[in-house]
Amino acid sequence: MTAALRFDPIRLPEKCEQLRKEVRAFLAEEIAAGTFDPHKPNREDTDAPEFSRRVGAKGWLGMTWPKKYGGQERSFLERYVVTEEMRVANAPTRRFFVADRQSGPVLLKYAPENIKMDILPRICRGEICFAIGMSEPNSGSDLFAAKTRATKTEGGYLINGTKIWTSSAHIADYMIAIFRTSPPTRENRRHGLTQFLVKMKQPGIKVNPIGQITGQYEFNEVVFTDFFVPEDHVLGEVDGAWKQATSELAYERSGPERFLETYYVLTELVRAVGPNPDTRSAEGIGRLVAQLHTMRRMSVSVAGMLHAGKEPVVEASIVKDIGTVWEQQLPHRVRDLAAFVEETATNRETLERQLDFAIKTAPKLTIQGGTTEVLRGIIARGLGLR
Amino acid sequence: MAESDNIVVETAEKIFADLADPQTINNDKKDSWQAPLWQALSEAGLPLSWVPDDLGGPGASLADGFALLNAAGRFAVAVPLAETMLAGWLLAQAKIASPEGEMTVLPASPRDRITLDADGALSGRCRGVPFAKAAQHFAVLAHGKDGVSIALVDASKSRIESGLNVGYDHSDTVTLAEVQPVTLKAAPKGVDQTNLMLMGGVARSLQIAGALESMLDISVRYSNERVAFEKKISKFQAVQHNLARLAGESAAALAAATSAADAIANATSFNDEVYLEAASAKIRCAEAAEKGGGIAHQVHGAIGFTIEHILHRYSLRALAWRDDFGSESHWAVELGKLVARRGADELWPLVASR
Repeated sequence: MTAALRFDPIRLPEKCEQLRKEVRAFLAEEIAAGTFDPHKPNREDTDAPEFSRRVGAKGWLGMTWPKKYGGQERSFLERYVVTEEMRVANAPTRRFFVADRQSGPVLLKYAPENIKMDILPRICRGEICFAIGMSEPNSGSDLFAAKTRATKTEGGYLINGTKIWTSSAHIADYMIAIFRTSPPTRENRRHGLTQFLVKMKQPGIKVNPIGQITGQYEFNEVVFTDFFVPEDHVLGEVDGAWKQATSELAYERSGPERFLETYYVLTELVRAVGPNPDTRSAEGIGRLVAQLHTMRRMSVSVAGMLHAGKEPVVEASIVKDIGTVWEQQLPHRVRDLAAFVEETATNRETLERQLDFAIKTAPKLTIQGGTTEVLRGIIARGLGLR
Repeated sequence: MAESDNIVVETAEKIFADLADPQTINNDKKDSWQAPLWQALSEAGLPLSWVPDDLGGPGASLADGFALLNAAGRFAVAVPLAETMLAGWLLAQAKIASPEGEMTVLPASPRDRITLDADGALSGRCRGVPFAKAAQHFAVLAHGKDGVSIALVDASKSRIESGLNVGYDHSDTVTLAEVQPVTLKAAPKGVDQTNLMLMGGVARSLQIAGALESMLDISVRYSNERVAFEKKISKFQAVQHNLARLAGESAAALAAATSAADAIANATSFNDEVYLEAASAKIRCAEAAEKGGGIAHQVHGAIGFTIEHILHRYSLRALAWRDDFGSESHWAVELGKLVARRGADELWPLVASR
């Protein structure tokens, strides 16, 4: 049982280090050109379609996918390097991140060939943005309580209902959503939901922005009214979305974005304390770096398992549990440690501005993409407790 | 238990299962298990794993030796296996052959120091030396005016004030007063007290990680047996979430420790990257010993607090191991200083170095 919980030490191959240099050089150029400010953490304000295309042109989107769909057939470990470098630089990845991480792999697995040939190359070129339609006003963590209906009609389905907390729906070209095609059965309450590809920006879909406590408007309510989805946009088995949802969780939950979301405040703290920190600052920084290093090694290890074709759902849940709790606490720990930073520290203002944003962002980190409670339930199941 | 994937670990696990079963040991009030266990380990050449052929050992790889220490942690083995391995490793760095029998290393803390005088005699006081009382020889790292030396010292030439750590294992104060070593050689370049502490710290990290794996195992098992409020306590969500957190702490400890072991086993020197790995392992494993061990006790309730139950063999030892070769506070301060010295923009390149 616990034998399943192994995080073997993966060493990134040499080609990853070459790639890392290329990504850093590219990002340095973009920063120099004024595309984004690496000290400004609220990159989610920034929709950067041109940047997205330039990342695509580098071959860094869909990089693990087959070449015939525009991919590069490179490894998960290489994708990992690109992802972490983008995240640490605070690059504006909003437009392509979901498509690259999640939506593309779902389409690869479940979409018909004509759709794959149409959409995947455009993701790889950085041209299109995806949203994920899971939560509804009365079903969040309880995914299988979703009620938005897909009713069979001539040549496809009619969608009626509301998705909510849908990140990027206001800019998305497509959404991958789950809709109810049948009622749940007595034996299986997860039965009856089907995964669909939805083309956004059409009549029958209304996107209403929702303000967040950070001051941003990056998630939305999405209302479907008799919206038509053609037959070939069904992804996978009708009524069987529950069988498909779990295997993707390992991709969604183990990446570097699950512990690097507030990383910038740690960098800035190190800058603020200078080369000769007092004992308190040194110990605080040392512990945070040790914790960060450990999570990254766990996360890289999961990338290695994915690379080897495994489905490390429990391991990925552990990474997200520990990682998101850590990145949530990080701004508060940094605030503690920065309490005695000299008034004259040159980056004091930057740090304060970053802390202000990070502290407001922190509460969502253990909610989005699977709450801590849901993750611990998955881990408990993996331990044989339920 | 993790599957054994090499012959050294396989051999050790068989010996541990036969002669170091925690329940049997816990029932044995006279410590009569110690001698047969040590004898079996010695006959298999395990305490001198890291000593090459020409210096009297089997010459196992660093990687195999680290895996062996992880297995020893899973059984909470309470004989000076890790200490003798480290001593053998240190002596081998200066091409000094290892004698038979139990050994330990001096110093065992970054705060203590042994000095070498012009007559070749060693002096100094070392606190918290694990298993000094049981050792026949010490492997000593000493500072003289020409730099660092490594020495083999007859333990009977020292003064030992005996003590116990929180895990009830010997942790003694050793005083050398102008002691002439059996053998003394200059340390090769790259071997110094910091690196010895890092090696010792990684050994302890692997032991802690092993102990946590076992704590998770026995806690899960217990929660599936114990009934309260008319159901197994494993069915309570609060208990499930506690055990999920214990699994996380156990996983983090194992990941940090095995990563550091892999880094050392494949490094040509103790550079900043290896320092990050080794220091982080000790810091994170020590934190996990506290958090994870606390949960294991909470799940067990009062029974886990009894001396009859085996839980304390793991939980207290894991806590005690935090103190050896530099506590997590020590390494956190040192790692923090290293990070500050390198500067803010060099932090990420360090973290992403492998």
